[in-house]
Amino acid sequence: MVSRFSRVAGIAALLAASFVGAAHAATLTLYSAQHPQTVTLLTKDFEKQSGIAVRVHTGEGPQLAAQLVAEGQSSPADVYLTSNSPELMLLEGKGMLSKVQPATFGEIPAHYSSPTGVWVGVMARENVLAYNTKMIKPEQMPASLLDLGKPAWKGKIAIAPSDGDFLPLVSAVLALKGEAATLEWLKGLRTNAQIFDDNEGVVAAVNRGAVATGIINNYYWARLHTEMGDKGTHSALYHFGNADVGALLNVSGAAVLKSSKNAEVANKFLAYLVSPRAQQLMANSKVTYEYPLHAGVAPDPILKPFNQINPPQLDMQKLGDDSQAVALLRKAGLL
Amino acid sequence: MAMTQAVQPVIRPATQPTTPARHVTVRGRASFWLFGAAACVALLVLLPLAFTLRQALGFGAANAAELVFRPIVGELALNTLMIVAAATVTSAIVGAAAAWFVERTHLPGRKIWAVLAAAPLAVPPFITSYAWVSFSESLQDFNGALLVVTTAYYPLIYLPVAAALRGMDPALEETARSLGLGPWTRFFRVVLPQLKPALLGGMLLVALGTLSEFGAFALLRFRTFTTEIYAEYRLSFDGSGASMLASILMLLCLVCLALEFRVRGLSRYDRMDRGARRAPARYHLGWGKWPVLASFAGLTLVTLGMPLGMIVYWLLQHGDAAITPVEVSLPLVLDATLSSVGLGLAGAALTTVLALPLGLLLARHPGRIATLLERIVYLAQGLPGIVIALAIVSLAIQALRPLYQSAALLVVAYAILFLPLALVSVRAALLQVEPRLEDAARSLGLNRWQTLWRVVLPLAGPGLGCAAALVFISVMTELTATLLLAPIGTQTLAMQVWADTAALAFAAAAPYAAILVGFSLISTWLLMSLFGKTAVLGATS
Repeated sequence: MVSRFSRVAGIAALLAASFVGAAHAATLTLYSAQHPQTVTLLTKDFEKQSGIAVRVHTGEGPQLAAQLVAEGQSSPADVYLTSNSPELMLLEGKGMLSKVQPATFGEIPAHYSSPTGVWVGVMARENVLAYNTKMIKPEQMPASLLDLGKPAWKGKIAIAPSDGDFLPLVSAVLALKGEAATLEWLKGLRTNAQIFDDNEGVVAAVNRGAVATGIINNYYWARLHTEMGDKGTHSALYHFGNADVGALLNVSGAAVLKSSKNAEVANKFLAYLVSPRAQQLMANSKVTYEYPLHAGVAPDPILKPFNQINPPQLDMQKLGDDSQAVALLRKAGLL
Repeated sequence: MAMTQAVQPVIRPATQPTTPARHVTVRGRASFWLFGAAACVALLVLLPLAFTLRQALGFGAANAAELVFRPIVGELALNTLMIVAAATVTSAIVGAAAAWFVERTHLPGRKIWAVLAAAPLAVPPFITSYAWVSFSESLQDFNGALLVVTTAYYPLIYLPVAAALRGMDPALEETARSLGLGPWTRFFRVVLPQLKPALLGGMLLVALGTLSEFGAFALLRFRTFTTEIYAEYRLSFDGSGASMLASILMLLCLVCLALEFRVRGLSRYDRMDRGARRAPARYHLGWGKWPVLASFAGLTLVTLGMPLGMIVYWLLQHGDAAITPVEVSLPLVLDATLSSVGLGLAGAALTTVLALPLGLLLARHPGRIATLLERIVYLAQGLPGIVIALAIVSLAIQALRPLYQSAALLVVAYAILFLPLALVSVRAALLQVEPRLEDAARSLGLNRWQTLWRVVLPLAGPGLGCAAALVFISVMTELTATLLLAPIGTQTLAMQVWADTAALAFAAAAPYAAILVGFSLISTWLLMSLFGKTAVLGATS
C-alpha cells in the first residue's frame, strides 16, 4: 500500500516535472492576438520550413499589449503579432520594439507599416456593416458610419464594444471627427444598439435575424458563410463608400520586441510572415479571410477586391494607439 | 469549473462524526507543524480574495464609484440576477419532479432513470453550451442561456432531493393519510416541508454555479458579471479594472455560500430513532406513466443526448472542407490531451497533499481553530474561477515573477479552486482510520512521520484516491483559470474547445470535446463503481 501510494505520487510528480520542462524547451515565443487557427497554420509551416520551434501565447490584442508593457524587460516574448495597428503604436510609443530589417519592411507597402520602421503590416481587414437580407434592403443602408448613432437606427444595429476590433474604429472617428462628435455617436449607439461580446456574436445575431445590421470586420461574415454554407447564410455585407470612416482598414501587424533574447530567430519569423509563401497560405486558408498586404498575393475571391474598397485617408500616426478609445467607451456607457 | 466547485457541498457528509474525546486527550495537542501547515493552506485560499479586495479598495472612492455605477454594470446585474433566479427555479422544478418520480412512484426502469438524471453532472457546462450553439445560433440569448444552465445544473437539486425522499420516514405520511389528507395535501403539508433543506440547499448551489459560470455563457454570448470581467481583462490585461466587478461578483457568491451553510446547519428532519429503515410508499402511476416516461426520455435526450449527439455529429463532419475550415491533426489532439492529463495529475496530487494537514487536524484535533480553518477553505467555493485566476495573474506579475506563466502557478490555482472538493474526501477518509492503530504504531517506536507514512496514509488510501480523482476530473474540465494562467505554448482540451467554438469552427472542436467528455464520464463511472454511489453522488440527508 505504502509503495503503491508513493509510486503514484512519484509518477504524478515526474509527469508534472516533465510537463513544466517541456514548456521551456521551445526557441521562439510568439504573443499572438490573431485567430489561433491562423496562427497554428503559420507556425506549423514555419517550423517545417525553418526547423525553429514556436510556442504561442494567445490573447486579445489590447490585453497582450498591456501585458507586454507590464512584463517590461523580462518579458519572454520575442515577437508580437496582433490584429490592430494601434496596439503596435502603443508599444512603438514606449520604445519597446526593435527596427524591422529592411528586406522584411520592403515587402509591404510602407503606409501599412510603422511610421518609424519598428513593425510591419501583415494583413488587413475592412470595417463593414453586415445586414440581414430579409430585414432590411441595401438601399436603406446609411451613407456614413456616424448615421448609426441617429434615432432612426434605434434597435436596428448590433455592436461589440469590448471586442479589440472595435477600438480602432472609435480611434478613427476620434481622429477624423473630434471628441464631441465621437462621444455623441457613441452615446447614440448606446441608445440604438444591441451589445455583444465579440464580432462573432454580432454577425451570428444579424444572420439569424435577431437584429437588422451589425458593425463588424469583413472576415467574420466570410467565416460565418464558410461554416453555414449558402443555405444558412441570410446576411450580406454593406461597404461604406466615399472614404467614410466606416470603411476603416484594420491592419494586422507584427514586431520584434527589444527585450527579445532571440532577435535573429525573431527576425526570421517576421520575414516569413510577409513572404509570398506565408501570405499565400493565409489567403488560401479559408480561415483568415484577411487581405494579404503583399502586393503579389491575391485575396480570397469571396472578398471584395482590395482595389475596390474605399477606406478613409488616415495614416498610422493619426489613428494613434487607442489610448482614448476605452475612456470614451466608458463615458458613453458602452463598457 | 463552476460545476465541480458547486458539486462539492452535496458530497459533504451531512453527519459529522466526532472523534471520541478519549483519543483527543490521549493524543494531546496537535503539533505546531500540523497547525502551521493547515494555517498556511487556509492562507493560500485567502490570498486571491484579499488581493482582489485590496485592488478594488486601491481605486479610491471616486474612481470606484465611477467604475461601479456605470450603466453597463446595472445591465449586467440585471442579466446576472435574472438568469440566476430563472435557472434556480427551473432547476428546482425539473430536479425535484425527477426525484419524486424516481423515488416515490413505480416508474418502470427507475434505477436507470436515477443514474441518467444524475449523469449530466459529468458533462462540463461549456460542452453543453458548445453543443447547443453549434446546433442553432438562435439560442444565443436569455432562453438559450437558461436552457443550458438548467440542463447542466438541475442534478444539483435532483441528487439531494432524491436522497431526502429516500431517507424520509414513511410513518409521517401514513399518519397524515390516516388523518384523512389527500395525496396533494399530503405532498404540500408533509413531504414538501421535509424536502425544504435539500431543496433550498440545492437551489443555492445552482445559484452559486450560475453566478460563477463563465464558459457556457461566453460561448452563448450571454453577458453576465463573469463574462464582463473577462472582457475587461481582454481590453486591459491588468486586473484593476475588473477587480471592482470581481468584488461585486465575489460578494454575491459569498452571500449564496453563507445562506447555503445556514440552510444546511439549521434544519434537519431526521427520525429520532435509527432503527431499521422502511422503504417509503410508492404511488402507482397507472396510465400516467406514459407521459412521465416520455418526459424522462425527453430530459435525457436534452441533457445527455444533445451534447453527446452533437459531438458525434461534428466528428462525422470532420474533413468536410466547406464546414470545417480548420485542420485537426492527431499530434495536436495528442498534445492537448497530454497537457490536460498532466495538469490534471499535478493538480490532483497537489490539492490532495494540501488537503492532508487540514484533514488530519479536523479528524484528530477537532476544535475551534480547526473549524475556523475549514470554513476558510470552504470560502473558495464562493470564489469564481475567473476572480481567482485574475488575482493570481496580477499577483504573479507584481510579486512572484519567477512563477509567472509557469505551470506551477496554474496548478496552485487549481489547488485553491478545488481544495474544498478534496478536503471532504480526505477528512472522511482520515476519520475512518482507527486511532488505536496509530497509538499501537507509536508505542512500537515509530515517530509521528513514520506513523503517518506507514499507517495512516495506507489506511486512508482509497479515500485519498477518491479525492485525487475528483480533483483530476475537475481540473480536466476547468476552463477559466486555465485560459488565463496556462503557460505559453500549452494547449489543453478545454482551451481547444473554447478557441474553436469561439471561432465557429464546431467540427474542429469536436475531437477535443469528445475526449474531454469521455474522460469525465469514464472517471465518474469508475469513481462510482470503485467507491460506491454514495461516495460520489452524496449522502445528504
